[in-house]
Amino acid sequence: MKHVKTALLSAAAVIAMGDFAMADGHANCGIETGRVSIVGNEFPAIQTVGAGAQACASGSVEVKTNLTADHQKINLAGMSGNPAEYTSAIVANSSIVALMNDDVIRPLDDLVAKFGGDLKKNQLITVGGEIVAVAFMANAQHLVYRDDVLKEIGVEPPKTYEDMLAAAKMIRDKGIMENPLGGAYAAGWNLAQEFNNMYIGHGGQFFKPGTAEVSINNEQGVAALEMMKALSEYMNPDFLTHDSNATSAEWKAGNVALMNMWGSRVGPLRDTEGSSQEVVDNTMISAPMTVGGGSTPATTLWWDGWTVAKNISDEDAEATFKALKAAIDPAILNEETTPQAVWLIEGYEPTPAATGVFAAANMGSVPYPMLPYQGLLHTALGAELSDFMQGKESAAQALADAEAAYTAAAKEKGFLN
Amino acid sequence: MSTSLARRQPLGLRIALYAFVVIWLILAAFPFLWTLWGSFKVELDFFSLSNWTDALTGPRTEAVYGKPFTGAGYEGAWVQEEFWRAVLNTSIVCFCVVCISLTFGTLGGYALSRSGYKYVFWLLIIALIFRALPQITLVSGYLQPFFAWNLWGILPTTIIVLVAINQPFTLWMLHSFFTKIPIELDESAKVDGCTQFQAFRHVIIPVMWPGVITTGLFSFLLAYNDFAVAAMLLSEENRTMVPAIAAFLGTTQTEGNVMFAVAAVVSATAPLFVLVMFFQRQIVSGLTAGAVKG
Amino acid sequence: MKHRTFFWFFLPTGLAMLLFIALPIISVVTQSLYAPHEAVLSIVENCGPFGCKEETTVDQAATEALRAAEPLGRFVGLEIYLDRGHLAVQEVSQLWASEPTWSSFFSRLGNLPFYRAMSFTVTYVAVVTPMVIILGLMIALAVNSLHRHLKGLVIFFSLLPFIVPPLIGSLILFWMVDSRGVFGTFLQYLSGDPNLSLKASTALTWIMLMVYGIWHSAPFAFVIFYAGLQTVPQDTIESAVIDGASRWEQTRYVVIPHLMPLVTFVALIQLMDNFRVFEPIVGFKSEAHATSLSWIIFNDLGGETRLLSSAATTSVLTILGVAILLSPVLVRTWRDFNAKAH
Repeated sequence: MKHVKTALLSAAAVIAMGDFAMADGHANCGIETGRVSIVGNEFPAIQTVGAGAQACASGSVEVKTNLTADHQKINLAGMSGNPAEYTSAIVANSSIVALMNDDVIRPLDDLVAKFGGDLKKNQLITVGGEIVAVAFMANAQHLVYRDDVLKEIGVEPPKTYEDMLAAAKMIRDKGIMENPLGGAYAAGWNLAQEFNNMYIGHGGQFFKPGTAEVSINNEQGVAALEMMKALSEYMNPDFLTHDSNATSAEWKAGNVALMNMWGSRVGPLRDTEGSSQEVVDNTMISAPMTVGGGSTPATTLWWDGWTVAKNISDEDAEATFKALKAAIDPAILNEETTPQAVWLIEGYEPTPAATGVFAAANMGSVPYPMLPYQGLLHTALGAELSDFMQGKESAAQALADAEAAYTAAAKEKGFLN
Repeated sequence: MSTSLARRQPLGLRIALYAFVVIWLILAAFPFLWTLWGSFKVELDFFSLSNWTDALTGPRTEAVYGKPFTGAGYEGAWVQEEFWRAVLNTSIVCFCVVCISLTFGTLGGYALSRSGYKYVFWLLIIALIFRALPQITLVSGYLQPFFAWNLWGILPTTIIVLVAINQPFTLWMLHSFFTKIPIELDESAKVDGCTQFQAFRHVIIPVMWPGVITTGLFSFLLAYNDFAVAAMLLSEENRTMVPAIAAFLGTTQTEGNVMFAVAAVVSATAPLFVLVMFFQRQIVSGLTAGAVKG
Repeated sequence: MKHRTFFWFFLPTGLAMLLFIALPIISVVTQSLYAPHEAVLSIVENCGPFGCKEETTVDQAATEALRAAEPLGRFVGLEIYLDRGHLAVQEVSQLWASEPTWSSFFSRLGNLPFYRAMSFTVTYVAVVTPMVIILGLMIALAVNSLHRHLKGLVIFFSLLPFIVPPLIGSLILFWMVDSRGVFGTFLQYLSGDPNLSLKASTALTWIMLMVYGIWHSAPFAFVIFYAGLQTVPQDTIESAVIDGASRWEQTRYVVIPHLMPLVTFVALIQLMDNFRVFEPIVGFKSEAHATSLSWIIFNDLGGETRLLSSAATTSVLTILGVAILLSPVLVRTWRDFNAKAH
């Protein structure tokens, strides 16, 4: 998958993004003049936000959106010029880092103070006390299970990965399913993300505190990899090609009974055109699992939010802020948009599909680190861990390779000497 | 020529020949025909992980729509998602790319084929080396200046970039076709008092069509199929077909939209059918006119 | 042709290539010699929907001055070329010293990204290029001898593998070769092994990618050879027939020599395109088993944090690789050219 990062931020909508029954009520966003141009990913929840901003367009206010899967390749270039082509980029906690590293987004404190009004405090993303983004939705990976299959083997939904392995063994031994576990283990971004989860679950620290020096080749790292290997024994043999789309497809086909999946992808699993009633009725969700006796769940928390570009006039910045503020107004929530995401908007009533993400947050899961060099480690892990998963090298060797790949990249980027 | 040869073929050879062509056609067309058939199904039938025969019989399509075929994918792509906009953009891009590429390419290729100096060889080599730069690097290098000069997102930028990227190939191909056209043709025209350009205009252009059409076919396919350039350099409303299809899939493959993409792919292939059928005649007629034999 | 005339004829194409290819190449080479400035890091408190946390960030005020002084970044010379992500000189010399046998040296070498990519790329080029030429020639000869009413249809269907957008083609083929897809099931039936999966084994993935490469590019060779066949001089064929040449001899001694310049051309283009193999690797999600230089560039540019200098370096290495690969064909072209010129 090309932009796997975006995959996980998907919103749960089965409908195409045709009508947005919201245009009228919002046409008055309080903008007099200005230019608004938004770049972002293209999943339904962001389409909703984009359409909300466009509703602010008027004779004197130009509002453009460019919502595309390639947003991460163009947002930096599009915000670097002066004046910048894009006045706003919609980002997540992993992708905001690239914009902060190159200093193309502006602090929002004064805009929030003047026009922020009813924004909740937990929507404001601050770095060193400065507001850099306004979040509007959250996401996390958590357990998804087949109720009927677990009832058949007589076990409760697993609370730990060890329980999950035991349940998988029972399902296979009973001959119910050949490969009862699912997981987005595709080499690259997905595999690295699963390692991140498992490593955090084991209590690992990615870097020596306060530095960019990586430290994953340790006990926790090896234990995390060994657990992933053990899980993969119960997965489809092609697991290294299965991203979250392919894993969802396996689920819908009824081939899988347990998986760690993005909260945003759960809705479609239960609302599937022509999928068998058995799968639809028995798809249940639960909190993320812990691993290795740890108390921190083996998962990460994510947000999506919008930023405002630095290299634009104050007038355009104000227009952009107001338009996007209007786009995440509580009034946008209706029957169609509510199930699209776990919204961080005042007045959002969680749908049943959102309980997993809320459970993850309540259990003290950690957010995906917003470190300037985390993305480099993510890429290095994605490329180097697959040899271990195929049994071609030891866990320690794979981790050493990932560390070496990261170090080379971090040196190039100037994070290490 | 072909018919006269065919008449003389012994039976054994003919059977072997037809068997080979049939096997090749099956290999070449099978995935496409499969897609054509599957485009009238729902996604779970098309990508049937439980049993591959579902893609043929369509049990889930029947469960949803009451019959094993549905035009939902086509309706979604063309009506709901307005795929025709992308088709229009692709037509503009293809038309311009083919015309400009061939104009630039025939002039340059002709000059290269008619000049005996050493720099011709080096120009050809440099053009070839130019082609070696991976497109993905090239395109990400354009972003910054295009944004700065406000050229990003519009069709003309993409057209000229595609023309430039395709020039090395066009030059090489046309150069080799022009070297096949005897130099005596334009020499004699020049003896009759034509300038080089007049010789090109009156003597070479009438006989160059078979080579130009083949080259044009490749230019067309490049523009038509391009993803790397269009996806990065075009804004949402100016998208051509392939990025539009990719956008149907999206990163999260919202259900139903996948079938929009499949239906769009099938619809996108139809004009190619007409095009190839039409220009196949052109190539053959160019031949029967005896143009290249001179 | 006079220099002046040549110049005007060549100007449009030359200008297009200069602006859109030559300048980017220069900027890529520059980029590969420079790296971003050393980042000044500081620890700050970050807050969001999930609470607050001490995290490291880039101190923009401190980095600003560095950037303004040297906008290109810091000059690192060939450092990036030699680092682990590229030629890995240090790692290779260590392996050379520590590994006792050739085979262990090469297997450890395959652990370094550049050499892992090269091992697949070189195999791919060596297999796919000749196969595409042979298959393309066979199809062209076969189609050329068909009845003329059949030709249009056959040409259209023959072109399909080349024209279906790779993105979609691979999506569909990816399902087809799945162990539960139509080809996958067929192969399991043929081999008698119900657990056979093309995607789970490195060797089978390589074969799958190469078969796809041949299937995808054969129509390209076919179209060019087919166009070339239309210009085979009939009188030479006639006289060969009068001399009693068999069908095979006509093909061998008249048709193939006539097509030879086109074979060289197809070989050049195919060597280059195959060396840059990329789309099937992404389309078939086979990066766990096979990578290429273009894939490394894609990976550098597609991450959360983009490695521009690294991607530029790999691009320059790709150009050099292509130049080396093409050199035998180029030498041959040079001789042909000189023979023609005199």
